[in-house]
Amino acid sequence: MKVEELNFAKEKFNTTMIPGKTARFFRTCLIWQFIRFVVINIKMIIVVGKSH
Amino acid sequence: MARLVVLGGGVAGHTAATFAAKWLGSQHEVVVVTPNSKWNWIPSNIWVGVGQMTREDVTFELAPVYKKGGITYKQAKAVSIHPEGGENHEKSFVTIEYTGQNKAGETEEVEFDYLINATGPKLNFGATPGLGEGSQIGEHTVSVCTADHAVHASQELKKVFEKAKAGEKQKILIGTGHGMCTCQGAAFEYIFNIEHEARKAGVRDNIELKWISNEPFLGDFGMGGLHMKVGGYVVSSRLFAESLYAERDVEWIIGAHVNKVEAGKVHYELLDGSMGEEEFDFAMLIPPFAGVGLKAYDKDGNDITDTVFAPNGFMKVDADYTPKPYEEWKASDWPRTYQNPTYKNLFAAGIAFAPPHIISKPAKSPNGTVINPTPPRTGMPSGIIGKAVAHSVCDLITKGENAHLHEASMAEMGAACVASAGKGILDGQAAAMTVYPVVPDFDKYPGTGRDTDYTFGEIGLAGHWIKHILHHLFIYKAKLNPGWTMIPE
Ligand SMILES: Cc1cc2nc3c(=O)[nH]c(=O)nc-3n(C[C@H](O)[C@H](O)[C@H](O)COP(=O)(O)OP(=O)(O)OC[C@H]3O[C@@H](n4cnc5c(N)ncnc54)[C@H](O)[C@@H]3O)c2cc1C
Repeated sequence: MKVEELNFAKEKFNTTMIPGKTARFFRTCLIWQFIRFVVINIKMIIVVGKSH
Repeated sequence: MARLVVLGGGVAGHTAATFAAKWLGSQHEVVVVTPNSKWNWIPSNIWVGVGQMTREDVTFELAPVYKKGGITYKQAKAVSIHPEGGENHEKSFVTIEYTGQNKAGETEEVEFDYLINATGPKLNFGATPGLGEGSQIGEHTVSVCTADHAVHASQELKKVFEKAKAGEKQKILIGTGHGMCTCQGAAFEYIFNIEHEARKAGVRDNIELKWISNEPFLGDFGMGGLHMKVGGYVVSSRLFAESLYAERDVEWIIGAHVNKVEAGKVHYELLDGSMGEEEFDFAMLIPPFAGVGLKAYDKDGNDITDTVFAPNGFMKVDADYTPKPYEEWKASDWPRTYQNPTYKNLFAAGIAFAPPHIISKPAKSPNGTVINPTPPRTGMPSGIIGKAVAHSVCDLITKGENAHLHEASMAEMGAACVASAGKGILDGQAAAMTVYPVVPDFDKYPGTGRDTDYTFGEIGLAGHWIKHILHHLFIYKAKLNPGWTMIPE
């Protein structure tokens, strides 16, 4: 049984997208998140730079 | 010697006062009038509200910092502004009432050459029967808007968790307490932090979480939502918000105007005109915001509050306040210099300025009840506006009355925002987002109103790390520690 699919049973949630095992794993995967940390910081610095 | 008086020592006022004091040096005086003795990094109140931080972690004493910055500090609240001067005053002045410094209750008239109103919001709990009286929260719900509120919220939440641990089913309701609230992001953070803590405590199965808000769709956040590029698609924030709620099993009621709160129950009206009720064991409902209720008087003592302030109590600035339908709203309606159009020595910054209109699509129920989010003015825009206004005032003082004013339109600036969805160095998560610009410009960016190259969002542990680092960075900056000017707003 795939846990993420259980919540689709609720009417409100039925038409949403729910992350599967892989997507959820990457959200807290240290190596991947370290890379994302760098990428997000660069993106934010660009937006901050454009706003000042 | 010129004197700048800054009303409010929050995000916008503290930024404005500290930069102005640095730029003006000791030749001129910067005075801050603010009622609290402590500065509060408000975004981290969420973590106080779930018991993951203490009041001391998110606050610090203002007096030593203002001493270090060469700023005159008056622990007081402003009551009225007299831009034309008055009896015994040739110059403009502001009447203040002390709340501390051993002078509580005493009033004083403080003259100024320039004034920056950065008094933020009045937490208008009294707008919803049962939610509170005036700016005081009532007994039925909790809040995380101030550090003290958040400490109380965490104590109440603890009791709920204890009951859940003992096997009792508990229902938690989080969201907005009125049809015209803003700050949905704070409620969003709180509900997902509670969800995270409930899972950690092993009580999630006994806790039902429900969201109630005035947003027309999940992910509106008072900005009409945002569109971002993900996996080769450009998608609405609605998809991501709904996805997170579904994943974490949080049901939602949206388009709701909470019109009454009782012990354990809210009553609400929906956009389709229908009425509903929702029971709860614990509820955190954000109150609507209004201006703090400053009055204004002319030289002869006549009330000119309507000239200086909009009906919602926020200060009028260089925005286009002409009422017009949604289809005719333009990015250029939004203010650029935050100077009061009538009195050129008055400026407003942060939440204290009156926006020209909302950002989300206006909506009413068939009964005529307005149910739409009002515009957010989050930390980054508040800080940037505070700095720009301080720059303008410094130039007016040092270069003369005709100095060029600095501009910071919310329709031309972006915002970076990190919404926590659970605290933890290894298992925390947050949605890291940027929007550019904050106010959509459909002429420049037809379709989404924003530049999708600079508007993005993603959820993960990296977002949490950023949020945690920002907590320390902004407190470091606000304390005027070495290199503070290098840290952007
Ligand atoms: C729980 C919560 C979480 C949030 N999280 C985020 C986030 O993650 N990111 C983000 O960008 N934004 C966040 N925000 C929004 C952010 O806190 C505000 O945008 C910001 O504080 C606005 O700055 P301000 O200076 O206008 O108002 P404030 O920071 O509220 O400052 C107003 C100041 O004026 C003072 N004052 C009030 N009345 C008077 C008076 N009569 N005279 C003199 N002074 C007065 C107040 O005491 C206060 O010091 C959050 C808000 C809340 C409530």
